[in-house]
Amino acid sequence: MPTRIKLDHGRMALVEDPFTHVADDEGVPHGDVIVSLTRFQAEGERLLSDGRLVGVRLEPSEEVEALAYDLPRIAVVAVAFPKYRDGRGYTAARLLRERYAYAGEVRAVGDVLREQAGFMVRCGFDAFEPADGSTPQAWEQAAHRHRHVYQRAADARAPAYAERGEQ
Amino acid sequence: MYRYDGIDKEILADRAAEFRGQVVRRLAGEMTEDQFKPLRLMNGLYLQLHAYMLRVAIPYGSLNSVQLRKLAWIARTYDKGYGHFTTRTNLQFHWIKLADTPDILDALASVDMHAIQTSGNCIRNVTADPFAGATAEELDDPRVWSEAIRQWSSLHPEFSFLPRKFKLAVTASAKDRTAAKVHDIGLLLRRGRDGALGFEVIVGGGLGRTPYVGPTIREFLPAARLFSYLEAVLRVYNRHGRRDNIYKARIKILVSALGAEEFARQVEAEWEKVGTAGDLPDTELARIRAAFAPMNFETLPARSEAFETARAANPAFARFVRNNVKPHKKAGYAIVEVSLKAIGETPGDASAEQMDVVADLAERYGQDDIRVTHEQNLVLPHIRLDDLPTVHGVLAQAGLATPNIGLVSDIIACPGLDYCALANARAIPVAQHIAERFADPDRAENIGELKIKISGCINACGHHHVGHIGILGVDKKGEEFYQLTLGGSGAEDAAVGSILGPALPAARVAEAVDVLVEVYLRERQDGERFLDTFRRTGVAPFKEAVYADAH
Repeated sequence: MPTRIKLDHGRMALVEDPFTHVADDEGVPHGDVIVSLTRFQAEGERLLSDGRLVGVRLEPSEEVEALAYDLPRIAVVAVAFPKYRDGRGYTAARLLRERYAYAGEVRAVGDVLREQAGFMVRCGFDAFEPADGSTPQAWEQAAHRHRHVYQRAADARAPAYAERGEQ
Repeated sequence: MYRYDGIDKEILADRAAEFRGQVVRRLAGEMTEDQFKPLRLMNGLYLQLHAYMLRVAIPYGSLNSVQLRKLAWIARTYDKGYGHFTTRTNLQFHWIKLADTPDILDALASVDMHAIQTSGNCIRNVTADPFAGATAEELDDPRVWSEAIRQWSSLHPEFSFLPRKFKLAVTASAKDRTAAKVHDIGLLLRRGRDGALGFEVIVGGGLGRTPYVGPTIREFLPAARLFSYLEAVLRVYNRHGRRDNIYKARIKILVSALGAEEFARQVEAEWEKVGTAGDLPDTELARIRAAFAPMNFETLPARSEAFETARAANPAFARFVRNNVKPHKKAGYAIVEVSLKAIGETPGDASAEQMDVVADLAERYGQDDIRVTHEQNLVLPHIRLDDLPTVHGVLAQAGLATPNIGLVSDIIACPGLDYCALANARAIPVAQHIAERFADPDRAENIGELKIKISGCINACGHHHVGHIGILGVDKKGEEFYQLTLGGSGAEDAAVGSILGPALPAARVAEAVDVLVEVYLRERQDGERFLDTFRRTGVAPFKEAVYADAH
């Protein structure tokens, strides 16, 4: 079974992935699947009624707002990074966590590189399919390179100004 | 000045350690240049025509003597003994070896400096008024807001992969010394009717291929709501800015495509959702503000005998005072501009020895405070009038007393084809030729304020669009040609210049500037600057004179 790196209680671990990514021109297999937003909007009801878990893949040009009312029944939002330089996915993740209080898995897929790990964790991603073959150890190290952060974001870390307030 | 606390220092140390690891992996061949490129760019390291270039951030152009001495030491130890101050008030070292860069970043971190976000599609170094804390014109100290922006924007998790680079400017004076209206965001401090502090917010100005003077999208933003509003602007841009074409990716293109009103509406809608959770607590703003508390100025008489005596006795000093010395908010003090535009030298370059001299003067006479201007000069913002003759003497010995601030030879120039891989033409020699042509200081003073800005390519690092006379290097079948624009301004009366006519060969540029100046001297009415005359007469008399022999 394929795997992905999963953040669980602050630790990165390689965890089996029950979900199958299904392209729009493929038939839907049994079991848990991740489908495109378009397909979810067309077939979501039917897929969910089969009693399986359904995830949605969100492309950078697709607005996270389109998912708002369906979020409670979506198990995974797979935020796509066609190129690492395309930073729209960071906003999508933050909005999922902060604006919609989404509690399911937010997974980074596509051109997902170790050097982005810290930013991604801060924006609320908790699952990763690295394109650079990073191990969970390397991923964890990259994600926690900095002892402090300056801004509040979707993670629980206290920004520098809050740390200072406690001193 | 703001002093880094333990948290600020640990953030820099972690960043330097991270980059050291990346360089080790690159040198060991574990990473290709393609994989390494985005990482080095995040640390201000460019690969140029001849060597690596390291761009060191000078946040809001503010330095102390220890920091400037460290930059001098780096110039001596790792470069060829000099550095280049840029229009973003940063310092570039142009002859760096990759293997040295981790040690250089450690050296910088040891004095609370870094190269974070001096490149890449992220929020770049903030420009602030170089006279902050010294001029009587300002409503508030823009450094307070600039330092808060520095922290907020450093390693921002959501806004580090924007469609394109992003630059902010903050000013609190009616006279704009930051080019705020040609920034991605310009923040102009204002007082509301009730006296409350706020910002006029300008978004979508810029230079490059498509120059714009930015529109105001909010007349008055309460100061305490700055960071939630910035978050909203950046989020709208991050989501909707174009990513399909690098030349259309700046926020100015989005603002222009949507229209300022619609863009403002989208920002307001997002801002409402962000709410006050996006703002910085008052306690943190107060902590930063305390770091910029007024210096311990002495109570001095407005008139200094030492100063008046020297001015009467020494014409060179008198000329320096006329052109390089500006009024200070405290009686008995002055703001001193140190020109990095000595005639025939490279605009913005300073040798390690010169950096040391300025650092010593700041420490001994200037409250340990040094500023960098976007016009590529330095400022000693707090010099006692009593000390001015001495300071002038020391500057003169180091070749730093050129009395030409704001005059025809105070030219902005990008590094151009002498260094830069993007350039089409050289900029430095053009600046040198023009400066040499106007080397007579009496003539330069008679001409008065004239801002010449030279870019070696359309990316406009030399701000040519907003030069009173702008000069753009273009490549015509392998030959360097230069297109002249007139009537631009980057100040409070911001405007994009208009093209004079067909591009000129390199050998004719300085002469053409001379012709333009002669037309101005002929046409000018009392008190008019070059820019004022141009705006009154239009381009016709200038164009006619420059292209006369072509008819």
